[in-house]
Amino acid sequence: MSRVKHEFVEKNLGWLSVLMIIAVSIGGLVEITPLLFQSQVQEPVKGLKPYTALQLEGRDIYMREGCSNCHSQMIRPFRAETERYGHYSLAGESVWDHPFLWGSKRTGPDLARVGGRYSDDWHYVHLMNPRNVVPESNMPAFPWLAENTLDGAYTAKKMEALRTLGVPYTDEDIAGAKEAVQGKTEMQALIAYLQSLGTALQRADQE
Amino acid sequence: MSNFWSAWIIVLTLGLLFALIWLLRWNMKNYTDVDEGQEMDHEFDGIVEVNNPLPKWWTYLFWACFAWGFVYLALYPGLGKFDGLLGWKSSNQDVQSLAESRAAMDASNSEGSIVQYDREVRDAEEEFGPIFEAYAQTPIPELIKNEDALEVGQRLFLQNCSQCHGSNAMGGPGFPNLTDNDWLYGGTPHDIKTTLLNGRQGNMPAWSDQFSDQEITELANYVASLSGRERDPELVAAGKKNFAVCSACHGPNGKGNQQLGAPNLTDNVWLYGGSIAAIEETLHYGRNGVMPAWKDILGEDKIHVVSAYIYSLSNDE
Repeated sequence: MSRVKHEFVEKNLGWLSVLMIIAVSIGGLVEITPLLFQSQVQEPVKGLKPYTALQLEGRDIYMREGCSNCHSQMIRPFRAETERYGHYSLAGESVWDHPFLWGSKRTGPDLARVGGRYSDDWHYVHLMNPRNVVPESNMPAFPWLAENTLDGAYTAKKMEALRTLGVPYTDEDIAGAKEAVQGKTEMQALIAYLQSLGTALQRADQE
Repeated sequence: MSNFWSAWIIVLTLGLLFALIWLLRWNMKNYTDVDEGQEMDHEFDGIVEVNNPLPKWWTYLFWACFAWGFVYLALYPGLGKFDGLLGWKSSNQDVQSLAESRAAMDASNSEGSIVQYDREVRDAEEEFGPIFEAYAQTPIPELIKNEDALEVGQRLFLQNCSQCHGSNAMGGPGFPNLTDNDWLYGGTPHDIKTTLLNGRQGNMPAWSDQFSDQEITELANYVASLSGRERDPELVAAGKKNFAVCSACHGPNGKGNQQLGAPNLTDNVWLYGGSIAAIEETLHYGRNGVMPAWKDILGEDKIHVVSAYIYSLSNDE
């Protein structure tokens, strides 16, 4: 036995680096890699529909305004959460979300199933100034959304990009994308997106 | 999960555990020819390295972690396809619709398998279900005498309804006040419950195509005069001529129609504001009031309790 074998690792930086990388990657290899290949995270739930052109633009505004900094879109399977927000989120509801917007922090409530919960008018008033409907609210106001209009210049391109990632947009969807959003306000787009959130599971039962 | 990924997880997990055990045992032995506690012949800046063993408390903790890890992997799902001896699951993740989810929950609870979420819901059902059931059996005019039920109803209201109707239920522009005993769709217990269960779609058409700005101003003045407000008699008289179209929904006297959700225009209660400007805006652009349906979200029993709370706001003894 040579004197103190770990001297070898301590004095050879290359080996040290390789062994360290192996050590820290095992958690990911076990927990993340197999998950990417599970049917649960690849197959959409029954009622899932791809976002319409307007909803897709609304989703981009949701990202731009940083909504996911304060709102999660992930209902965990605890009764305390499902009583308030509805059925816990399923992986199959997010398969066409690139990137997903689950978030990790709730300053405001979870929005995974906010679709249909409030009227369009409510969302409008609330986004213009949340305190007009909820005096206790500390959410910022987003009045410029009602002034900015969409030109739809990139809507079709975004949908094409999503199609390469497996979102089943048809040629007609993409061809009509620009027309569908042109002239609409960012407010309309964002509300359309919010009203679509989490509605797939109910739709599955109705179809 | 395919066999390949199952094996991948098992081999990596157990491989890592055994590799760490080997590493720990290897480092517990003294491979040097220096006795424990003696200097290692290695000095830097006057600091010498001493051949000390791994701290005892630390190694025992490490062994305890291994024991914990193996017990955990035996009891709970962790090793690929192996479900664990307890058969524990956090929730049913492979359902595809609400109906499938309910079926999976019933199945897991009747088979006695441990799905954590399903058990949580079942236990809550067992505890709270009979309470809500008893409330649901009680007619609403009776139920509003039950303080506990009203408190439950208020909690549910604050959680689900206050975003639009306000935490004091007094509403705001576009969102009805529920405390004033003035009802768009009727204020009987049955009407309130129907509204909550199925939602409502109000639809005031826009009139700017049919009427000129002048005519709309006249109409607005006439409508304002209906609740006894002093308006210019000329404008009122002119507006009255065109009110016939409005009477289709609001009735010839402007008393409204609860079948259609057409507001009573004579009681000086204004959902969208009662100034001439606000009435003109309503006439110009129309209004679309939407009450969402709550049947799927809250379920009938809870809606019964919320209805009682709302009914109590304007029907307190």
